[in-house]
Amino acid sequence: MWQIRWVLKPIVFVACLLPALHLSIGALNATGVTHVGGISLGADPVKVMLHTCGRWTLNFLMITLCMTPLKDLTHSVFWLRFRRMFGLFAFFYVLLHFSVYLLLDQSGKLGALWQDIVKRPYITIGMLGLLLLIPLAVTSTAKSQRRLGRRWIQVHRLIYVVASLGVWHFWWGVKKDIREPLLYVCGLTLLLGYRLWKHRHALARVSVARLARTDAS
Amino acid sequence: MRKRSRDSVKIVPSDITPYEQYLSRRALIAGGIGLAAVQSIGGFAGNAFGQAPAALTYVRNASLSVTDAPNSYADITTYNNYYEFGTDKSDPSEYSQKFRARPWSLTIGGEAEVTGTFTLEDILQPHPLEERVYRLRCVEAWSMVVPWVGFPLGDLLKRFKPTSKAKFVEFKTLYDPKQMPGQRASVLEWPYVEGLRMDEAMHPLTLMAVGLYGKVLPNQNGAPLRLIIPWKYGFKGIKAIVSIRFTERAPRTTWAGSASNEYGFFANVNPAVDHPRWSQATERHIGASAFGPRQATLPFNGYAAQVASLYSGMDLRKYF
Repeated sequence: MWQIRWVLKPIVFVACLLPALHLSIGALNATGVTHVGGISLGADPVKVMLHTCGRWTLNFLMITLCMTPLKDLTHSVFWLRFRRMFGLFAFFYVLLHFSVYLLLDQSGKLGALWQDIVKRPYITIGMLGLLLLIPLAVTSTAKSQRRLGRRWIQVHRLIYVVASLGVWHFWWGVKKDIREPLLYVCGLTLLLGYRLWKHRHALARVSVARLARTDAS
Repeated sequence: MRKRSRDSVKIVPSDITPYEQYLSRRALIAGGIGLAAVQSIGGFAGNAFGQAPAALTYVRNASLSVTDAPNSYADITTYNNYYEFGTDKSDPSEYSQKFRARPWSLTIGGEAEVTGTFTLEDILQPHPLEERVYRLRCVEAWSMVVPWVGFPLGDLLKRFKPTSKAKFVEFKTLYDPKQMPGQRASVLEWPYVEGLRMDEAMHPLTLMAVGLYGKVLPNQNGAPLRLIIPWKYGFKGIKAIVSIRFTERAPRTTWAGSASNEYGFFANVNPAVDHPRWSQATERHIGASAFGPRQATLPFNGYAAQVASLYSGMDLRKYF
């Protein structure tokens, strides 16, 4: 399996960095420092950076949540080898999203940040989502996984909450056109609905098995 | 899919004055300067795809212009909120290129002595054009500075002799989903409706714009006719106007109707009254420096000296 570790994973890693690379070049072009490859972030580069990072945070949360269903569907644990990387990329993009917001949009004014968190519900829930992602990123190592044992899975179920908060944040933040947030709502409903269905299904199987045992005794 | 609006205008071919003639007239009014030159530009006046918009003849109105540096033509024509062509800022410049802003006609109705349907040329003919550099503040907390070319709306409205019952003016945008792909989605109620109180409409700052940077207004900026009320949020500046009606009661305007807690009828720029979901105290000035700090938003967008008296005694928190 060395190919996964030394070939496939690096390729996926670089691919995941492409949006950030595109934004970085666009940002440099916007300052007039460089003029690379005709990449332009348009008239309002800050807004483009903010929204692009936000979208990629949601995209990576969704991709991360796809790994388990893919495992079940294909009966292969191959997918799980990428789950941590995708989850960490969600964290990476949410940190960029937050940094653009704080440093470029609000000029680094912590007072303005606090005002927004307190006064604007969509920022409150977005912030909450970011904070809840921190423990997941911190405990993403194999060492933490071993140390926490079964509790690791419980802790990492927080991603359901984080993804829901993220989509909600997007929904509340748009001015009027909710078609795009609605797509994420659909995706999330499918991904979380699948887990609920699986859980119920498993419970039903367990109880049938129990019943069978009781009958036998 | 909705059926075509009753208000969409039927155009009789014989009504139409060629746009080139309009341009020549403008040149004649301006003292016949470079008539031949204007005609030669006017020869391909239409802003069909790929052609540069034709130049207009106008005088600069320095006393009603701000001294701030205008945004670039590229910024003003590629960063637009014009949901009739899509909700992305780049959609209008992308999807409005085939829009037919000419021939055009405008229907005048309601509480006025003169009503009916007029060709664009009839509407524009008596009005000398002037350039005014105005600040533009969007309700989304960004701003630009734009050199518009147009004429005072009040001068146009007076021609229709509004009666004493006319307390408000209602404006409507064209409804034509074939040409305006954004109207195929029910993001907003179509056609777009805006309105002004009579005194706001007659205020000398209120401009009917037909041009930008000395040239014919590009489609994405609201061609052929759009409103500019520089002390109000940008969404009051209705584009591609096909109908003006004088009314006794305040019209139901599109954004206020879609979310009355977020967008008011007056929509005066006011740093003290936040949008429920974002602050209006500051704005990001497009193009100033890509990553410069936000700038403070001014009451009435910096036009308080001229317009604050229109609202004396009104609670601007209630009538936002």
